[in-house]
Amino acid sequence: MIEVRWHGRGGQGTVTSSQLLANAAIYEGKYAIHIPEFGPERRGAPVRSYTRISDEVIEIRYGVINPDIVVVIDPTLLAYKDIILAGLKEDSIIIFNHTDPSNAKPLEGYESYAVDAYHIAMEIIGRPIYNTAMIGALVGVTGIVRLESLEEAVRKRFSGVLADINIKAVRRGAKEVIKVE
Amino acid sequence: MNTIGKQVRLGLNGDEAVAYAAYHADVDVISAYPITPQTIIVERLSEFVYNGELDAEFIAVESEHSALSAAVGASLAGARTFTATASQGLALMYEILYIASSLRTSIVMALGNRAFSAPINIHCSHDDAYAARDAGWIQFFAENVQEAYDLTLIAFKVSEDKKVLFPSIVNLDGFILTHSVEPLTIFEDKKEIKEFLPDREAVNKIDPSNPITYGPLALPDYYMEIKKQQAEAFNSTPARIKEVFSEYEEFSGRSYSPLKKLYVDDADIVFVVLGSTAGTMRTMVKKWRKNGEKVGVLSLTLYRPFPSREVAEALKDVDTIVVMDRSYSFGSPGGQLYMDVAAALNKYGRYNRLINAIYGLGGRDFTPEMAEDMLHATKDPSIREIWVGVRG
Repeated sequence: MIEVRWHGRGGQGTVTSSQLLANAAIYEGKYAIHIPEFGPERRGAPVRSYTRISDEVIEIRYGVINPDIVVVIDPTLLAYKDIILAGLKEDSIIIFNHTDPSNAKPLEGYESYAVDAYHIAMEIIGRPIYNTAMIGALVGVTGIVRLESLEEAVRKRFSGVLADINIKAVRRGAKEVIKVE
Repeated sequence: MNTIGKQVRLGLNGDEAVAYAAYHADVDVISAYPITPQTIIVERLSEFVYNGELDAEFIAVESEHSALSAAVGASLAGARTFTATASQGLALMYEILYIASSLRTSIVMALGNRAFSAPINIHCSHDDAYAARDAGWIQFFAENVQEAYDLTLIAFKVSEDKKVLFPSIVNLDGFILTHSVEPLTIFEDKKEIKEFLPDREAVNKIDPSNPITYGPLALPDYYMEIKKQQAEAFNSTPARIKEVFSEYEEFSGRSYSPLKKLYVDDADIVFVVLGSTAGTMRTMVKKWRKNGEKVGVLSLTLYRPFPSREVAEALKDVDTIVVMDRSYSFGSPGGQLYMDVAAALNKYGRYNRLINAIYGLGGRDFTPEMAEDMLHATKDPSIREIWVGVRG
């Protein structure tokens, strides 16, 4: 079982990211669960969301405590290390959003990857909606689902042009994510 | 396994799954208050109606009291009737809960279990389900999104059955099931379910050309006889419920029974639980078994009528029973489920050691660490009640 924890802020599509990943896994015939963590539903407030993916039935129903993968959608949250690094295992990986990935540093020695989701989102969507580029980056790094499955999930979630631009963002996120040394 | 209806596997959250079930049941009337603490269930149904996919009357009322009142009228008029609510909404329906069951309506209500105020919370507790426990509604508890879908379909068939004619509540844990996306298998379309759930044939339905009285006055000379008849009728429903479970299994390939047992038969310690935490407890118990702990889990799919005989039979030789309540019954000898289990055991002459574990109130995440705390508590013979995972 692979456990993912998503960090973002209200309005950035954090919950949607986790949902799209779970749906992509379900399309592949896997078992998955998306668990949103609802605090006060305010734009800008820190939000967490969890995804589990497995080849077997998932019966546990609590939030992810020891994630294999942490995705930080909002770059300003990197400053809150106690939250981002909470419960990480030695071999957990972190994928974060950074405006200058080639100059980014690994977080506290964890295997880290960065992608400039800000520029991808602004160029393709025209608004700072980072999440689809970040899911693309997650799939690009880990391959936990196929990119086509994720695109199918995006197409079912959004319609018409909105689906097309989000799929573009997914593909660019997958292609442009780099390992941070 | 003889699957009749064509099915499709997809990912949905609990709200969407229940909305699909009501849609596939081809409901005639949806009566609901659409604002907080309402879930997305009725919003999805209103879309089905608006899009023309579901030929139903959607009555958006001004309160939950009116939502259930309108549902009572619709059900007595012969309509397949659905409503949904949660926490405070159920509380506002309270007066009508008893009327709906005592007039023998066939309403199906989804209850996204949420905590009662105060403080204002909206997250998962079983306060609302427990508040309705004495009202004469059949109550099912879903442990996952698949069960929320299946039990909603089962509830329509049960409630409309001429041998039953009592309304049903399908409980699904607020947020934990209503908002989580999981894979499930649903019927491809409403026509696929028609054979299991044909159009409703109502009994004594309201007919303007043949007027009869509903809800008449019954003073001390008759009230008690009427209640005894109602009690006997209600207590006889499990036989038919079990038949409907079997019919649904033949039709869907998924089996249901009033209670679920894991490793209960040879267990020294059994945890009794309702709703989504059952899966977490099964996972924990499997882990503890590997360490040599003789532990088991008993969860109830049918909460009302309470399957007393089956529960007592399952637990009769267990040393320690931990009954988990996601609510608190102020001033009572124990939590609501605790009292049910204690009474059921007593009825069959058993006096096992019982511990009441209060957990998960107001959406407090129930973690493996809390499960470990409960197991630990069983080792101390002086402990009879624990509040799990609470500070101070």
